[in-house]
Amino acid sequence: MNRFLIPIFGSLFAASTAHAAEDFRAGINLPVGVTDISALIFDLHMFVFWICVAIGAVVFTAMIVAMFKFRKSKGAVAATWSHSTVAEIIWTVIPILILISMAVPAARALVEIEDTSGTEMTIKITGYQWKWHYDYIGEDIGFYSSLAQSSNEARQPGSNIDPNSVENYLLDVDHPLILPVDTKIRYLITANDVLHSWWVPAFAVKKDAIPGYINEGWFQVNETGTYRGQCAELCGKDHGFMPIVVEVLSKADYAAWLAAQQTGNAG
Amino acid sequence: MSATAADIQDSHDHHGPTHTGIKRWLFTTNHKDIGTLYLVFSLIMLFVGGGMALVIRLELFQPGLQFVNPDFFNQMVTLHALVMVFGMIMPAFAGFANWMIPMMIGAPDMALPRLNNWSFWLLPCAVVLLASTLFMPGGAPASGWTLYPPLVLQTGDAFPFAIFAVHLLGISSIMAAINIVVTILNLRTPSMSLMQMPLFVWAWLITAYLLIAVMPVLAGGVTMLLMDQFFGTSFFQAAGGGDPVLFQHIFWFFGHPEVYIIILPAFGIVSHVIPAFSRKPLFGHHAMVFATGSIAFLSFIVWAHHMFTVGMPLAGQMFFMLSTMLIAIPTGVKIFNWTATMWEGSLSFETPMLFSIAFLFLFTIGGFSGLMMAMAPLDFQYHDTYFIVAHFHYVLVPGAMFAAIAGAYYWLPKWTGHMYDERLGKIHFWLSTIFVNLTFFPQHFVGLAGMPRRIPDYAVQFTDYNAMSSIGSFGFGFAQLLLVYIVYKCIKSGQKATAEVWDNPEGLEWTVPSPPPHHTFEEPPVYTPRH
Repeated sequence: MNRFLIPIFGSLFAASTAHAAEDFRAGINLPVGVTDISALIFDLHMFVFWICVAIGAVVFTAMIVAMFKFRKSKGAVAATWSHSTVAEIIWTVIPILILISMAVPAARALVEIEDTSGTEMTIKITGYQWKWHYDYIGEDIGFYSSLAQSSNEARQPGSNIDPNSVENYLLDVDHPLILPVDTKIRYLITANDVLHSWWVPAFAVKKDAIPGYINEGWFQVNETGTYRGQCAELCGKDHGFMPIVVEVLSKADYAAWLAAQQTGNAG
Repeated sequence: MSATAADIQDSHDHHGPTHTGIKRWLFTTNHKDIGTLYLVFSLIMLFVGGGMALVIRLELFQPGLQFVNPDFFNQMVTLHALVMVFGMIMPAFAGFANWMIPMMIGAPDMALPRLNNWSFWLLPCAVVLLASTLFMPGGAPASGWTLYPPLVLQTGDAFPFAIFAVHLLGISSIMAAINIVVTILNLRTPSMSLMQMPLFVWAWLITAYLLIAVMPVLAGGVTMLLMDQFFGTSFFQAAGGGDPVLFQHIFWFFGHPEVYIIILPAFGIVSHVIPAFSRKPLFGHHAMVFATGSIAFLSFIVWAHHMFTVGMPLAGQMFFMLSTMLIAIPTGVKIFNWTATMWEGSLSFETPMLFSIAFLFLFTIGGFSGLMMAMAPLDFQYHDTYFIVAHFHYVLVPGAMFAAIAGAYYWLPKWTGHMYDERLGKIHFWLSTIFVNLTFFPQHFVGLAGMPRRIPDYAVQFTDYNAMSSIGSFGFGFAQLLLVYIVYKCIKSGQKATAEVWDNPEGLEWTVPSPPPHHTFEEPPVYTPRH
């Protein structure tokens, strides 16, 4: 029983906190993430969330009061009014003002997100059924990135492997994307067969990979670490099994990795 | 006016249907019979589509693949949506329209009764065809109900059959819509002006225009898919110069108005139930009509908010974000007006009222998550996660479906002439409301925490909420069996209902006996507005 009660109460009390990102099992909110954009989106998300909570508090209170105060069983007699121009103007104008207060920061954020100027390096992401391919433009490096063997074995029907025993079940790959920290990275994204969508929640990046299109976007990661995501557009039977793993290294480590790869390629 | 109806019946030769047995239902042109057919069909489809949902929830109860393979899972995801949208909820409201519109506007029947018969009987044909694709080589379509190319073009032998089924469903809807428009505009009793029409009639008039406008767009889109697959065209194939995103624009130009096609009749029903049990006229009748019209208009210019991640230019994202946010205004007006209707009323809480109040609360929650998703920068995080699954199920299940259930309880005594069991109705309400929240509320959490939709297996940190959601879904599914029993019991052994059924409700439908004679209002009644 506790197994279910704890998450319910936990979520009620923790709904507004950002700790969810750290504690995986209790994760109930967006991650704050590790880019300026993801933090911006998180703040906007919480701002809108609290606006909704406030509106909900007012509207639901009115409904609940009406339900308890104007009960026939308590002898309430119905009024006959069915119109009030003042009230109707008020509850049209106030929502408009609230919407403007939401639209302005949202529009600002959108402009910032779409600003791809000043990027320092470019990678190309290609979606395949059911893996990703990464190219480092101008570096002569490219590789496929598929579901890690341990997850792949466990996810087969009848494998009898407990997913809980597999590290990063379904969120691990054989060759992660390696990128440098504090670098404005431009990505180009397309697909080779059907639609896919490249999503890393910690970067607040989700962009569709579309055959015949090359979409672009950017991100700049502020902290080194390993970040995980999944394909977010239904792409066939193994849609759930083409995760994304990005390892963000310090600039020096990244340069070393790059050099090692290029030596490897030459050899 | 009930006297008038009774007089007419006495003076008339045929009191009942001309055929008996199965022929009565196959050949019927009577709006009440066809309404019943729609409603029974919808109830059956609730369990067909619901069974598919339970397959999905069973597999998602814990991580790992225990019951179905991923391809079959995707087929279930696709068919669950198509059956619920085209087989369950739309026919439910078409059933209400058939039964109630003529009785609300004082018309003897629908204007085009034979067309009416055809538009119903196409439905079972279409759904059987759609379901049969499960048994074809390659299985049913597994592309999601959105049928996005290029994935949908990988469907096996089932592909043309699925397209044909969608065509049939579309033709059925268009014919029903034309019939409703013609009935409302031509057969309304002359003493009822357009602005005096009850809200359910208004909602359906607007819905019918939406259907006529967008169903052909869907038909065009899926026909282009068919051409791409079999006739070498490249509308959506990049290799031939086509554009996969074009299909998404076409689909959502249909798909977004479709959302309102589902919810506007629900708004209409709630606008009848809340005043009846508040014993107070609907607040702001005209404002409600204008809000319905505004929502319908806006539904045509917001479609690409389903596609913020396809790589639209900044200006496009801005436009669709702002136009979408505008929908909150007329929708807010509706919520406030329903609340104002209850204010200073004299409320009682029979089952239809309980479902309508749950609708008010839970549809509003669905509206909030909708508002959050309208904001393009946020949608980059929410898009294609369980957050949107939670959102649209909140507006469709405790939204549209609860309104349909409220309407069913409200008019069931009128249809059958018997009262349903109020105690069982309340049990049905509480089970439904508790389980629907247990099912869909945790999906907000896993969605925000990063679980994509349409996956058969998931990372272990999502286990707890998925388990809760699965338990809720089974509870909700089985609770609906109670609805079947309540309807059965009502027909078989319910107390006799009076013509008015409730405490002085408003509307012409309450002036005819319960159950109404096979033909009502053969001469237009005199409508006298109360307010």
